[in-house]
This record gives sequence, C-alpha cells and structure tokens, in this order.
Amino acid sequence: MLDFLFTYRGPIVGTLFLALIATIVWAVLYGRKLMRTEKSDAVFGNPERALGGWHWVITGVSFILLLWFYFSWDAARAFRPVAANEFCQVDKLSSAGNPIRSVLPLEKSFLKGTSLLVRENRQLSDLADDLERLGFSDTEKAEAKEIVSLMRLAIVGATSPQYLDASTQTRFVDIESRITALTAKLANEGYPGAPTAAQEEAAANIARWGDSGNEIPYAPATPLGYKFAAAAVEMKAISKDFIKIKNTNEHFLGQVDELKSQIAAFDTKAKAATGLDELLVENRADFFKGLTHVLRRVDDGNIFPPDALNGIQTALVALDGEQKSQQGGLKYFGALMMPGGEIRAGSNSCSEQGSGRWLPKPSDTLRTFVRISNPEIGYKGNPLLWYKMKPFGEMVDLVVPDFISSFVPGDFPRHDENGVVTPNLKSKVHDFVTGNFVSFKVPMPAGHVWDSLIRVVAGLFFGILLGVPLGLFMGLSRFSKGFFDPIIELYRPVPPLAWAPLILTIFGIQDDGKIFLLFMVAFAIMVVSARTGATGTNLSKIHAAHSLGASKGQILRKVILPNSLPEILTGIRIAIGVCWGTLVAAEMLAGTTGIGFVENVARKQSDYEIIWTTIIILGLLGLLFDLMMRWVIDKTIPWRGKG
Amino acid sequence: MSDLVAKDLSMVFDVGSGGQVHALKNINFTLKNGELLSVLGPSGCGKTTLLNIIAGFNRPTGGAVYLGDEEIEGPGVNRGMVFQQGALFEWLTVSENISFGLRMKGGTSKGSQKRVDEWLDIVGLSGFGNVPTYQLSGGMQQRIALARCLINDPDLILMDEPLGALDALTREKMQALVLKIWKETGTTIMIITHSVEEALLLGERLFVMAPRPGRIHKEYNLPFAEMGVTQDTRDIKNTPEFIQTREEILTMIWDMEEEIMGQT
Repeated sequence: MLDFLFTYRGPIVGTLFLALIATIVWAVLYGRKLMRTEKSDAVFGNPERALGGWHWVITGVSFILLLWFYFSWDAARAFRPVAANEFCQVDKLSSAGNPIRSVLPLEKSFLKGTSLLVRENRQLSDLADDLERLGFSDTEKAEAKEIVSLMRLAIVGATSPQYLDASTQTRFVDIESRITALTAKLANEGYPGAPTAAQEEAAANIARWGDSGNEIPYAPATPLGYKFAAAAVEMKAISKDFIKIKNTNEHFLGQVDELKSQIAAFDTKAKAATGLDELLVENRADFFKGLTHVLRRVDDGNIFPPDALNGIQTALVALDGEQKSQQGGLKYFGALMMPGGEIRAGSNSCSEQGSGRWLPKPSDTLRTFVRISNPEIGYKGNPLLWYKMKPFGEMVDLVVPDFISSFVPGDFPRHDENGVVTPNLKSKVHDFVTGNFVSFKVPMPAGHVWDSLIRVVAGLFFGILLGVPLGLFMGLSRFSKGFFDPIIELYRPVPPLAWAPLILTIFGIQDDGKIFLLFMVAFAIMVVSARTGATGTNLSKIHAAHSLGASKGQILRKVILPNSLPEILTGIRIAIGVCWGTLVAAEMLAGTTGIGFVENVARKQSDYEIIWTTIIILGLLGLLFDLMMRWVIDKTIPWRGKG
Repeated sequence: MSDLVAKDLSMVFDVGSGGQVHALKNINFTLKNGELLSVLGPSGCGKTTLLNIIAGFNRPTGGAVYLGDEEIEGPGVNRGMVFQQGALFEWLTVSENISFGLRMKGGTSKGSQKRVDEWLDIVGLSGFGNVPTYQLSGGMQQRIALARCLINDPDLILMDEPLGALDALTREKMQALVLKIWKETGTTIMIITHSVEEALLLGERLFVMAPRPGRIHKEYNLPFAEMGVTQDTRDIKNTPEFIQTREEILTMIWDMEEEIMGQT
C-alpha cells in the first residue's frame, strides 16, 4: 500500500493539490452565499457569528495544507518531477561562470578592480596618516611619503591601458570569443548531440527527486539537462583559464620591484634606530607590515584597466541571456511553483535550498511517519508506539513492595554442603514479590510515544496525589500555609529546565529523573490551584455543612474538595501543558527514549522530516490531552461559573 | 423544654490600633419553644453577630446562650441555618442536598429517601429531586435550603436574611411558606431581616436592635404571624394596625440611622 502511494506520489499529490484549491474556492463561495443571507445590520449582533461554521474550518485546513504542499515544493515535484534535476544542470552552468562573474559588475555593484583600488588607496591614506605618530625624523617621513606615493603610482600603472601587455589583451579576446562561441552552441538545437550510451544508462537508472532526502539526482537526464551540463563543462574550462590571467605588464613589474627594494631599505634604516620605547618599535613594525601587505595585494595583478574586461562582460551577459531563453518554460515553472528558495549545484551534488529544504514535503513526511511508525523499524531501536510481551512477574515486582518478604518469620535458606538450596516459605515469598517466577506474558505498551506519555502521566499522578491535599490544607490552616509557603514559593518560580541538570544528576537521566522533574512541576501547580480553590470556598457553605452535622473531615471531603474542583481541574489542565513542554526539553537534554529524544537526534542529523513528524505528533497529543480535559471538565463540574 | 435563653450576652471585637467595638452588650432574652422571632435593625447593630453566636460559629466574650439546659459552645445539628444565598452544594442534586445532613450522620436508608420526598413535597419541589441545584431559580434554591435544614428536625431554625436576595413576588410566596412550616412543625424560628414588613409578618415577637453598642432597643409582641397562617398575607399588610406599627418602627430605625450619621 505504502509502496503504491510512494510510486504514484506524483499523480496523487497533484490531484490532492488541485482538489485543495477547488475545496477552498467552493468553501469560500459557500460561505459567502451564507453571509449574503444574513441581514447586514445583524452581522455584529449575530450570535451565530461566534459559531464559526464548518465550511470555514475546511477553508482554513485546506489553506494550511495548500501552503505546505506549495512551499515544500511537493506540488512542483508532482507536476514536473524532472524540474529539480533540470535546475541542477542550469545551476551547474551558472556556477561554472561564477569565477568570471565575480570579477565583473554583474551581481555586485562594482568591478572587482574598482573595489580593490578603492580599498588599497584607503589603506595607503591610513598608513600616511599613521606616519605622524611613529617618531620618524623629517627626512625619514619624507622618504616614507615617497614610498606611499610610489605605490599609488604603481596602482595607476596597473589601471592604465597604455601599459597593458599585448599578450594579456589577446588572452582576454580569446576568452571573450570562447564565451561567444559557447553562447552560439547553446542556441544550437543539435548541441551537444545525442547522449552517449553511458549518459543514457545513467539517466535510465537515475533516482527520483527527493528519494534521498534533500539531494537532487546530479547527472543530466533530459535534453535540456544534457545541453546545460555540456555547456557547464566548457564554461568551467573557460573560467579556469580566465582566473589565470594576471596584469603583468613590464612597466608595472618594474615599479613593484623598485618599491620592494625601497621598502626593505627604509625598514632596515628604521630598525637601526636605537633607544626607542617598545610601543614605538611595535607601531613601526605594524607600519611596515601594512606597506608590505598592500604591495603584495597590488602585486597579485588583479587590477586591470577599466575597460579591459568590457568584451568579456558583454559576452557573459549574452550567454546568460541565451541561457535564460534556453530554459524555456522551466524558468517560469521555477518562479511560480518553487517559491522561497532555489536548487544549488555543488561540486558533486545538487541540493534544495530555502523552504524546499527545511519544510519537508507532505508526502515524504507521511512516508517517514508511516515508516518509523512500523514497530519493526521504529527510531533508534525503539518503536514509536507499540506493545511488548512482558512476563507478568515484572508487573508483580513493580507493584508489590519487596520488603514484604522481610516480614515472613525465619531466615532465608543457605546452600548446603552439596551446593543445593532448599527453598522455604520466606524465600518463596521473596521470589514472588521480586517477580522471580515462571509466569505467562502479557502485552504492555512500549515505544517513544509511550515512554513520554507514561512519564507525563506518572509525574502528573504524583503531583496531583500529593499537591492537592497539601494545597487544600494550605488553604485552610494558617500553620501549613506559613510552613510550606516559603518552600513552594521559592522553588516554583524557577524554570523547570533550570532544575533539570540537578535533578537528572541525582535521580538519573532515565525515567526516575524525568518523572521527578515533572512531579515538581505538577506539584507546584496543583498546590497553588488547590489552595486557591480551598481559600475560595464560601464561608456560608462551610457553616451550613457544619450546622448540618458534618465533622471537620467530612467538611473537607464533602464540601471543600468538591468546591475546589474547578480550580483543581484547571490546574491539571495547565500542569499537563507545562509538563509536556518540560518533558520534551528534558528528553532533549538527556536520555535514550522519548519524543524529545527523537527530535533531538533528528536535529543533529538535520532530518527535517523526522523533526516535523515529532512536531506533528506532539501537536496531536497536546490536542488530544486538551480535548480530554475539556470533556472531563464538562462532565465533572458543569456548575462551574453558575454557583 | 428547649427554650433559647441569652444571659448577659456581650461581644467585643478588637479593631486595629487598640480600639474595641461593642458589637453586643448585655443582651438578655428568652425565646420559648415554638416561638417565631424576627430581629430588625440598622446595619452594624449586631444582628448577624447574635445569630452567629447562637449558631455556635462565634463564642461570645461575655455571658452565655442556652438551648434547653445546654450552653451553646459550637455548631450543632439541633440548630439549623438558612443563609441569604442558599449556600447549597451545587455539585449535588436537589435530593442529595436535602439528605446531606442525614448522610453526615451515617448512611442513607430507604426511610431517609422517603423523608426527602416528603420534604420536597412540603417545599413544593416534588419532581425536582434529581435536578442539579444550579439550574434552579433563587426562590427554589431557598426552598431547598429550608428543606435541607428542616429534615434534621432541629429545635431551632436560624435564618440570616433568608429572603433578601429574592424578587418581591417570590418573597411573598416564601414568607407564606415560612409561616406554614412554622405552624406545621412547631419549630422555634429566629429570622434576621432588613425589611420592616417582613419582620412584622414573620415575627410573633420582634426585636428592634440598636447599634453602638449593639442592644435590644425595643420589643414587640405581634398578632400578624398568627393571622398569616390562615389569611392572605397581602390583606394583613393592608390592615391599619399593620401600617401603624410599620410606620412606628420605620421612624425608629430612621432616627437611629440619623444618629449614626450625626456621630460620624
């Protein structure tokens, strides 16, 4: 069944997507039709306004699903499964031209040469300003200024067209013509010719979009793909040759050599000076370091005359234009159906970036959810929610306290000379209470969800069991209010997670520690709410019960407890929410099972599908708990707010 | 018999900064078994304090109250209470509220169910046994409160402004009900009220109390309650005698209020 869904996910998701759009349109039209029947002046006074209406629920749910399908690119994948692979080839070509593009003012505002020139000149000005505080003599200062102005001249030497080498010029022209040739090839229908057998085989065996997480099949598989992939290979070679070109004209090299010797000479002279304090020596060293760095960068030869690259720029723009037009419908498809990100080609893989990456596709998420729901697969060795056959003895051991065997008279048997142990009554009782007997097996729930659930339920149970009576007593007796208030009010405001490291160290990172942490959370909330309920009990109710012959205990159980129920139940509802939050965070902190653990592992592996799966599970469980509590509240305290 | 006797009853409250307030001072009276007493007075004259002492919720600072031969030292089943706001247990049904006292004494038998049904019938709520109390109107809730304390067969019923929160029509019906119960059960009843008409109608005897210190200012013996058992209460209220007494007491309370206002 799942395999079938997986194989035909394209048509299924596509149909669903269209159905969602149709549903929204229908529900909106239906809602408007209903609205038109309402009297316009009764719109705000209409009590049915607050009821909502199921068609608006459908609209809302459909809208969320639609957004999910859209921004996760599940819809794009359904309607054009090869789109990702084709975009991968397109980006291969784009990124192949990036070394050239980064030099030109295409994506950036300035020519790279311009930016470098501005930066080096600013550095030189800074260095010249620094001269004043370096304690040089006037002649030395003049010499240093001479070096700085020489360096400025050298930069001019690099930018001046008259000094540019003829050979460099030829190489620029060569690059330009190669790019133009590639543009022409790209426009050619036949380029790059029929795919080779190896290419075809690779295309036939190619994985589908999303079969391996966020990665996209790398090899080209469509005519468009073949064309862009082939062009990318050529473009890569062109780029490689381009970045080798440096400004190395004779005039410029001569200036650089001259500068090097001058700086060295000045440096030696400056170092020879004695009797300077340490700070000054350090500052002078920095000055020379600065000079040398600027010179080294200028020597790299990345600054060319301003118009030297014009031809290449024109050719590259033409190539980009041709590339866009060769994409045809693909670019419109990308703009329309793949919002919030793009597909990037790396050196040996393509991947989704943006919303397509962190928002997993609904179909993939469902598949992952069903896969890890399978108890035989599960996650990290545990199912999500399943059952295990456990011997009945384990349950006896859990429920019956072990110390019972100590009350049986007599001693435990010892082994005799032959090494035989004869059991007596005491040892038999001991075997029973520790669950050490052959017993039938009973199914018990198990798994990550169950572990989280049982921790919350256990923490809540003990919190309610101890918190409610204490809260009631604190509401009724001055002694217990005064005695317990400082303890509870001191530990309650501390965020539960701040307790976690301590509690987990004392009680262990498995169930005990977490249950105790949740107990602390639930206990404080239950004490406060039960106390509020008890203090809020109407005095005349207590008087009435008293004069009807109720004893103190009876008043507590029959009047104050039921009277506090609304507050107590509200407290439980709040405690459930806080406990969930604390538990998931505590499980992320430490442990080997639980929903928080699953999410934490998934986070470390950037497995967005699992992350979203756990988020959805947590959301559904929270909703379930709250609905349950609402039902309980409706059933047990229908008088709330009416007394 | 079980007469209610107050001897030199005093109640002094400490207020902040060392001051003291004489809520009650040297109250002496005897209420014979089966008498109907209404207590009237301006606010702050110690009516409720007196009632709370008799109920046993407060201990007096001087003197004592006796019911029969026993001194009152705490709340007891022999004195039933009816409050202004029913003070019903809204988590229980009408029947469960009424049988509350019986259950506190231990167990419910078939006999007790029968008594609950009888009382439901007397207060005019038969058929409402299984209804939750919060669904009923204020008048119905007061009927339940009456039945709840009467089922215990108390020697004395104490009512603290029992009809104060009801609308005028319901109030008149309830006044008739109180008279009917008084006559049929022969219980001693003490009613505290703000309404002069109600005090006249529901009082075989009437204490007008005065404040600072709280004391019994004037005592009346009235025929209207006896008349009310047989006649329509509205006719009684229109008799010249009733009107005359009403005006006299109203003037008296009015003067007391004036005096209080003048003091402050």
